[in-house]
Amino acid sequence: MSEIITIGISDMNITTAPNTLVTFALGSCIGICLYEPILKIGALGHIMLPNCPDIKNEKNVNKYADTCIPHMLEKLQGYQCQKTRLKAKIVGGAKMFEVSGDSSFGNIGARNIEAVKKVLQENRIQLYAEDTGLNFGRTVYFHVDTGAVEVKSFNRETKIL
Amino acid sequence: MKINNLEQLNEMHIDVLKEIGNIGAGNAATSLSEMLNLPVDMSVPKVKILDIKDAGSLLGGPENVMVGILAKFIGDIEGIMMFLIEEKFVGDIIEKLMGEHVSFLKGLSEMELSAVSEIGNILTASYINAISSLTGLNINISVPAVAVDMVGALLAVPAIELSPASDQIIFIEGVLLDLDQSVSSNILLVPTLESLNIMMTRLGIEL
Repeated sequence: MSEIITIGISDMNITTAPNTLVTFALGSCIGICLYEPILKIGALGHIMLPNCPDIKNEKNVNKYADTCIPHMLEKLQGYQCQKTRLKAKIVGGAKMFEVSGDSSFGNIGARNIEAVKKVLQENRIQLYAEDTGLNFGRTVYFHVDTGAVEVKSFNRETKIL
Repeated sequence: MKINNLEQLNEMHIDVLKEIGNIGAGNAATSLSEMLNLPVDMSVPKVKILDIKDAGSLLGGPENVMVGILAKFIGDIEGIMMFLIEEKFVGDIIEKLMGEHVSFLKGLSEMELSAVSEIGNILTASYINAISSLTGLNINISVPAVAVDMVGALLAVPAIELSPASDQIIFIEGVLLDLDQSVSSNILLVPTLESLNIMMTRLGIEL
């Protein structure tokens, strides 16, 4: 029996095939899918912001790109995952509203994308695919049996990464 | 004492916020009703201190598609104001204004978006004006931005923009009801913590 595991905002979870990880309605947030294709293990994190301001006192490390990804890697190690085999797919980082005369508003999406890519690079994780930016919300289904990432949006065709 | 954390809000603070919502949303309902020449009603506002995690499960679940109208307010107090309106409500208004049936599935036309933006202008301005005259604070509001999308993605915007340091956010919510009361529209006023203190002080509440 395969299970569907839902990941909320500022949350993270890991599962094995044939289960599916899902996170709903990403706006400027980013869903980070890490996949170990040999063992068929997947991790999905849903971050809100790029950088953790105070790592020592932060209760929820999964809220930030720079603390969530290392946390995911650490947990994946517990499953005997080889870091070099991991493939990353990232989704989200949209700018939902364009407030005229305020160019900085809504830039968190872009900053999130940048931060996620930087942390992946620092950890030498291959960024395999992405569906990021623009101005619409996305729901992510990460099928751990195949590694396929299904991206669903309102009024748009479903994408498979 | 200043409010540094939303957990410090007591019943009196909540009542004051409700009253602010009452006056703001009441004014917005009246303006909308006058514009459309139709009865638009308002339910008693609620004040919600929400964990961002739970925000999506409100309003029909995170994937429920709604029309979001967002404006920033600045001046003596700052924050974000957002209308989350059911498609049917917006469709009814556009039909009334422009005499054409709206299909959200095909996406809104430029004209329709502009009509929604105009409705947003009227609603946000009348809401903010009411608060401004109640508190004597000088508040300016930006031209509203419109998005039609999953409510989870829309709701996260004020949460993320305003409170990078907190997982909680305060909503003053007013519900507009259209004539048959079958569809509703939520007005969220989301002030910064500092602005919350200013509003309370201005209304004579001991902090």
